[in-house]
Amino acid sequence: MATLINVPAKARRGDIIEIRTLTSHIMETGFRHTMAGALVPRDIITSFICRYNGTEVFRADLFPAIAANPYLSFFTIAKESGKFEFEWIGDNGYSSTASASITVE
Amino acid sequence: MPNTRRQFLSLAGSVTVAGTIPMVTLRPLEATPAMLATAIRGVVGEAPIHTGKVKIDIPPLVENGNTVPMTISVASPMTATDYVKSIHVFNEKNPQPNIGNFYLNASSGRAQVSTRIRLADTQKVVAIARLSDDTFWQVTADVVVTLAACTEEMN
Repeated sequence: MATLINVPAKARRGDIIEIRTLTSHIMETGFRHTMAGALVPRDIITSFICRYNGTEVFRADLFPAIAANPYLSFFTIAKESGKFEFEWIGDNGYSSTASASITVE
Repeated sequence: MPNTRRQFLSLAGSVTVAGTIPMVTLRPLEATPAMLATAIRGVVGEAPIHTGKVKIDIPPLVENGNTVPMTISVASPMTATDYVKSIHVFNEKNPQPNIGNFYLNASSGRAQVSTRIRLADTQKVVAIARLSDDTFWQVTADVVVTLAACTEEMN
């Protein structure tokens, strides 16, 4: 799945950094009908987790009211060089991951 | 048969009134303010909800409810002893009252979250923040939506 991650490559220790993530997903609400009247089953991402060197720094529960291709932006404090890992979990066993590294001086 | 103009007009008027009643019931797929209150109580429990500290940045008028940018921020020092634990966002008239729950911690640095949401109708958006002392703070924003999301037919 196509995913865009925006994490600053470099930061000073103690800086507050913004992390932006965008992943492609239909986020089908489960409330729409086809022309024939059949209900389109729900298919959404239900949960997002961001870990910084293994520690959870941000988590979100998503609902059908989140727009398609979920965009999330949040903040954390740059503590040490390492890796941000992102995980999206959804309906029908959907799971997708991404990662980004940061150098903290 | 109405044989005077007055009788005709009063009959026409009552038909119009009767005609508007089905219009209201045509939208069963709508969260009611009661569902909103239940969803909020599900998160908050019996705790009192204060007004303030939280800010919703959302366009007051959106043309397309399918993707509405929204930023929630909370006035908090975000220190180890005074920080925002979570932010919960609700709506009044989508089929489901929840929009999202966002969990922060003392090392978040800034209590601010942005995302893009769907709005099925002109309605209220409610954001509630839970602080580290387990107090709840809320703010409400009104959004006018001209093209609804969520329940349209799929082509």
